[in-house]
Amino acid sequence: MSAPPAAVANSSRRVRGSLAWHAGALAVLAVVLYPVVWLIGASFKEGDEIIGSLQLLPTDPVAKNYTRLADGLADIPISTFFYNSAFLAVGSVIGVLLSCSLAAYAFARIKFAGRNMFFVLMIGTLLLPYHVLLIPQYVLFQKMELIDSYTPLLLGKYLATEAFFVFLMVQFMRNLPKELDEAARLDGCGHLRIYWSIVLPLCRPALITSAIFTFINTWNDFMGPLIYVNTPEKYTVALGLKMFVDQEAVSDYGGMIAMSLVALLPVLAFFLAFQRYLIDGMATSGLKG
Amino acid sequence: MGTKVPGPRSAPAPSPDPAAALKRRARRENLAGYLFMSPWIAGFLLLTAGPMIASLYFAFTDYNLFDAPKWIGLANFEEMFADPRWRHSVSVTLWYVVIGTPLKLLLALGVALLLAQKRRGQGFYRAAFYAPSLIGASVSVAIVWKAIFSDDGPVDKAQRTFFGVDVGGWIGDPQWILYALVGLTVWQFGAPMVIFLAGLKQVPRELYEAAEVDGAGPWRRFWSITLPMISPVLFFNILLETIHSFQIFASAYIVGGGAGGSACGPADGSLVYTCYLYVQGFENSRMGLASAMAWMLLVAVALVTAVLFWSQKRWVHYEEGAR
Repeated sequence: MSAPPAAVANSSRRVRGSLAWHAGALAVLAVVLYPVVWLIGASFKEGDEIIGSLQLLPTDPVAKNYTRLADGLADIPISTFFYNSAFLAVGSVIGVLLSCSLAAYAFARIKFAGRNMFFVLMIGTLLLPYHVLLIPQYVLFQKMELIDSYTPLLLGKYLATEAFFVFLMVQFMRNLPKELDEAARLDGCGHLRIYWSIVLPLCRPALITSAIFTFINTWNDFMGPLIYVNTPEKYTVALGLKMFVDQEAVSDYGGMIAMSLVALLPVLAFFLAFQRYLIDGMATSGLKG
Repeated sequence: MGTKVPGPRSAPAPSPDPAAALKRRARRENLAGYLFMSPWIAGFLLLTAGPMIASLYFAFTDYNLFDAPKWIGLANFEEMFADPRWRHSVSVTLWYVVIGTPLKLLLALGVALLLAQKRRGQGFYRAAFYAPSLIGASVSVAIVWKAIFSDDGPVDKAQRTFFGVDVGGWIGDPQWILYALVGLTVWQFGAPMVIFLAGLKQVPRELYEAAEVDGAGPWRRFWSITLPMISPVLFFNILLETIHSFQIFASAYIVGGGAGGSACGPADGSLVYTCYLYVQGFENSRMGLASAMAWMLLVAVALVTAVLFWSQKRWVHYEEGAR
C-alpha cells in the first residue's frame, strides 16, 4: 500500500512545520532559562570565577558557597531570614484568604445598598499606584509606633486591600449557580453559613490561586520590608540578600549567589506544585476583565 | 466576624403587610452586606482613602516626619519641576515604559501565537515561559541580572566577541543600564502571554475556516480575525503592563545599587521615578516633597489610563452579548 503523492507532500510539510515550531519554542526556552541555569552554575563556582568565566557550568564544582551560608550573615543565622519571610508569607496568606473572600462574597452574593459604588472603588484601588500610599501609610504607622514591627506589612492583608484577589474571587463566585444559596436559604441558612459551608468550599480553585500568589508576592516583596523593618534580626530573605549586596566588596560574592538561589527555591517549589492554578488564575483574570 | 447573620426562618409566619416584609428583608441584606464588607471598608478608609487625603495635604507642606508639617503652598511642585534630577527620573521612567512595555507585549503575543498551535510539549513550554514572571521581581533575579550584565560578565564578553563593541558592561554605563532593566521586564513576558493564550483559545475556529475558504492568507487572517477578536485581551494587557512598569522599583534599586556610588545606577542611569521618590522621602526625609512626587505619578498614571480607555472605543471589539 503506498500513500498518494499529495498525502506524502502534505505529511512532509507537516513534519517541517513541526520542526520549525519546536526550533522556535526551544530558542525561546534557551533565553528564558539562561539566567536560571547561570545562577545554578555560578553557585558552584569559586567566588572570583563567577563573573568573567563564560562557562555556564563549573569544571570543578565546589560546595563552599553553600557551606559558607551556615556561618550566617553579620552574626545572624541565614535561617532567621527564611523563618521571618515564611512567617510573613503564611500570615499574609491567611489574611488575604479570609478578608478578601468575605468582601468577595458580599459583592457576589448579597444585595446591599451601595454595592455598585463599593465595587467601583475596589476596582479603582486595583489601578491605584501603590506609591501614593507609601508616605502617608509610613507616617500613620510611625505615629502608631509600629515601625520595625511586622504589623504594617500584615495589616493590609487582613483588611482586604489586595483588590486583585477580591476581584478574582468575585468573578469566581458569580459563576457559582444561584440555586445553591436559594436552596440553602429555604433550609434556614444565613449568609455566614452559606459563605462558610457552601461558597468557600466551591471556591477552592480561586482560593488556592490567591494563596499561592500571595505567598510568592510576600516572599519576593522588597520595598515593604525595606521601609518598615530596621533590625537585622527581623530582616526577610530579600533584605538579607540586600545586606549581601551592600557588603559585596568586603564579603564574598559566592555566598550571595548561593543564597540568591536558595531564596528562589520556595517560589519555584510552589510553582512546580501548583502551576495549573497559577496559570489558569492569570488567564481568567484577563478574560473577564 | 463572629456575629451570626440571621437568615429567614424556615417557615416564616405569613406577614400581614408584604411591603413591610420586603423592607425588613432588604434591611437584613444591608446589614449582612456591611458586616461582610467591614474588613474591606476599614482597610479602604484607614489604608487607602485616609492616606490619600493625607498625602494630598503633605504635598503642599514641608514635612520631615518629626516636626509638624508646615504649609508652603506650591513650593514642592515648583522645586520638583525645577529639579534636573527629577526631570531626569521622569525621562528614565518614560523611556523604560515606552521601550519595555511594547517589546514585552510583542514577544508575549508572538510566543502566544506559537504556543496556540496544538503541539506536543505545549503545556511544558507554557509553564516554563511563565516562570520568570513569578521570580522576576525578586532580589535574587536582580542580583543575577546585575552579574550577567556587569563588566566582564557573559553579555559584555559576548558583545565584545561578536560585535566588537566594548561598553564595559551595561550596568556600569549610564545609558546601557536602562536596557538591562528593559531586558529584565521583557524576560517576564510569560504573564501577558498566558492571558493572550487564553484569549486566542476563545476565537471560534469557524472564522478561520471561512476565511481560508475565501482565500485569505495567514497575514490577512491575523489582521482581520485574530487581532480584532483578541483586542479586549490586548487592551487589558496594555493597561496592566503600562501601569506596572511606571512603578518599577526593586529591580532598579538592586541592579543600579552600589554602582558608581549612587543609589540608582551610574550617573543616575537607572534612577526610575520611584527610586527618586524613595531617596527624597526616606533617605532625605522630605516627606512633603515625596508626597508631591507621588501625586504627580498618580496623575500621570490616571492620564495614561484615561487615554487608553478613551482609545479603546476605536479599536477594541467587544462581542455582542458579552459582558
